[in-house]
Amino acid sequence: MSQRGKGLSRRMFLRGVLAGGGTLLLTACGGTTGTPTDVPSIQSTATPPAVSGPGTNLTIIWAEWDPSNYLQELVAEYPNATVRVVQEPWGSFGNKVFTEFAAKGTAYDLVVGDSQWLGQGATQGHYVELTDVFYSELNGRALAPATVTAYAEYPKGSGKFWAYPLEGDACGWSYRRDLFEDPQEMANYKARYNRDLGIPKTWAELRDIAEFFTRPDKNLYGVSIYTQKDYDAITMGYQNTMFSWGGEWGTNDYKVLGVLNSQENAEALEFYRELYRFCPPGSSNDFWQESINHFVGGQVAMAMNYFAFFPGLANEATNKYAKTTGFFSNPVGPTGKSYSALGGQGISIVQYISPEKQAAAMEFLKWLAKDETQQKWAELGGYTCNANILNSQSFLENTPFNRAFAESMQKVKDFWAVPVYSELLEVSQRELHKFVVNGEGTAQSTLETIAREHEDIFKKAGLLKA
Amino acid sequence: MDQAKSTRQTFVSPTVSMHHRRTLSDDALRRLFLWPTLLLLIAFNIFPLLYSLGLSFTDFSAIANQPPNFIGLQNYRDILSDPQLWIYFRNTGFYVVVSVALETLVGFGLALLLRRKFRGSGLITTLILTPMMLSPVVVGLFWKLIFNPNYGIFNYLLGYPPGRGPDWLGNPTLAIWAVVIVDVWMWAPYVMLLCLAGLSAIPDYLYEAAEIDRASPLFTFWRITLPMVAPLLLIAVLFRTIEAFKTFDLVMGLTGGGPGDATELVAVNLYRIAFPNWQTGKASALAYIVLVLIIGVSNIYIKYLNQIKGD
Repeated sequence: MSQRGKGLSRRMFLRGVLAGGGTLLLTACGGTTGTPTDVPSIQSTATPPAVSGPGTNLTIIWAEWDPSNYLQELVAEYPNATVRVVQEPWGSFGNKVFTEFAAKGTAYDLVVGDSQWLGQGATQGHYVELTDVFYSELNGRALAPATVTAYAEYPKGSGKFWAYPLEGDACGWSYRRDLFEDPQEMANYKARYNRDLGIPKTWAELRDIAEFFTRPDKNLYGVSIYTQKDYDAITMGYQNTMFSWGGEWGTNDYKVLGVLNSQENAEALEFYRELYRFCPPGSSNDFWQESINHFVGGQVAMAMNYFAFFPGLANEATNKYAKTTGFFSNPVGPTGKSYSALGGQGISIVQYISPEKQAAAMEFLKWLAKDETQQKWAELGGYTCNANILNSQSFLENTPFNRAFAESMQKVKDFWAVPVYSELLEVSQRELHKFVVNGEGTAQSTLETIAREHEDIFKKAGLLKA
Repeated sequence: MDQAKSTRQTFVSPTVSMHHRRTLSDDALRRLFLWPTLLLLIAFNIFPLLYSLGLSFTDFSAIANQPPNFIGLQNYRDILSDPQLWIYFRNTGFYVVVSVALETLVGFGLALLLRRKFRGSGLITTLILTPMMLSPVVVGLFWKLIFNPNYGIFNYLLGYPPGRGPDWLGNPTLAIWAVVIVDVWMWAPYVMLLCLAGLSAIPDYLYEAAEIDRASPLFTFWRITLPMVAPLLLIAVLFRTIEAFKTFDLVMGLTGGGPGDATELVAVNLYRIAFPNWQTGKASALAYIVLVLIIGVSNIYIKYLNQIKGD
């Protein structure tokens, strides 16, 4: 009898264990399925609450920054679907999106992707092609031509489109007007450099002003520039000088040697390294956040940054120098040319969502591309790429930095947007950082190393014939 | 009659139960408990391990929407012939040797100081252990502030005025030392914890006998303390070596692998190959090279550990 009791309890115990284990397993497996709206884990804490509306739900993923908040405000007015903007911190934004692509996931219907992602999105089948509707239904002719090439077209010049240019952006400068307009400073500068202190018209003038304001004893320095090794910061920073010196990353058919390691590119790199001398100590790994910190901390007279971050500098709540902060676009280089490194993103439809969702996403893009929606987007703080709005007087006078932004968007240039852009970036980031921050090698040898490795990558990718 | 039938039924059922019990013997029960664990181990450890080994011989990219192509040992050849990767291996070797050596010295030293109980020793031990409970990314980010040459406390404690001290994270020579300092700060308490466990297990009579024999403190340390703690100390060193080889988050938080490639460790570069670049096959090959290295180094430690135990 006691044995029988023991056997039964063992069976019951086993049943319990199996039932419990099975339930756990089912729960665990079940947790990974479902539509995006069913999965709370994809929602960032920074995501504003979903707006209500009839029809389908659409989910957009973008980086965690102010423009995403503006977009959430904008899409609240879209009548045909409930649209939610999921925000992911910049550091993990790319990984999050591409991991989702790797899994052919349907968590996001639309992606506001970096301009450099276009090659991967197009050739690897992650983005829906928009060529047929770009001009006819997405108001493509209203867009500034440079933004169409930068944010929508791949391959460049092919007339194939994969995104609608949503957020235009470029590198520009903020400066301390209280310092620049101080009579004593103006007199001292005039005495030392024999020219008036003001917004620099050339990079050489910018260098002189940076030198003039570099006063370590007063914890004041000339500039803050991009130096960060991770992702693309120092490459984007250097591009500002490289393009303005008349240089290029390579030719349209991916030849790099003899182009990237040119004399003018080497001079531009020497110049960029010289600017690093006028940065505050501890600027060896600076990107947009550090640039903002140096500026609002009153440590620098001028700071390089993307225009998307300038609203914070014009706001007294976040910058005590806001009232006396001015903005300007990149000055001209020795050949009289001026270019700005491109920032910004286009919005694309994800290939892996259902045809119904794709149709709904397309309808949304048509609404987004309308002049009146773009007008509202600009009023909220978004950087529209619609040329009519960009050039309108109301836009230019809307903020203290819009004029410089509109000027910059006429002269933007970008890094490679090919599928192997990330491998190319790894090389340029590493070598530029070695030269600019560590002072290893020469500008010429640095560019030769980058050129050689870039050509190898292009050859391996089949873009350049061996 | 019904009652008799019922009694018979109750009498029969133990036989049926005994039959069930026999099918669920102790061996069967053991297997029932073992198999789920084994299945989970195969699904989450063995399969990915073998799968990634297979991928390491292909040009697979997880996002390329292309099937993997077999390329033999090409990934291994590319890695081992890449001078840049040898720099990262050199950085990793330096970092592992220096940081583990310092952690052992500091950790063992702290354990010797804290082995005797005194007022507040419990609180001090807990406070010393706090760093190892923090997230490495958080540690990296706040040490970045501590090392800041403008307002960081590190240079201030060294006696430099703001902005005049060394740029620890921006100087290629100092940056790797900065990472070592943070790693030692974070993980020396771990070595201390294991050493404290070893020290508390040493019987007092050994020290009493040494005292009676008028052995010097140095002699006592070399002949009693160190040999008795050695097995646990070696285990601490083994774990720390394995972990140091894989250091990623601390470096990403502190320096991002810079300046230049001064703090680019193998694990950091492995991440770059695997994720931003999405060269899944090549990343798998590099991961296997690191795995083989770790297994090799661990075996040396284990051999010494067995020798010590044998002694």
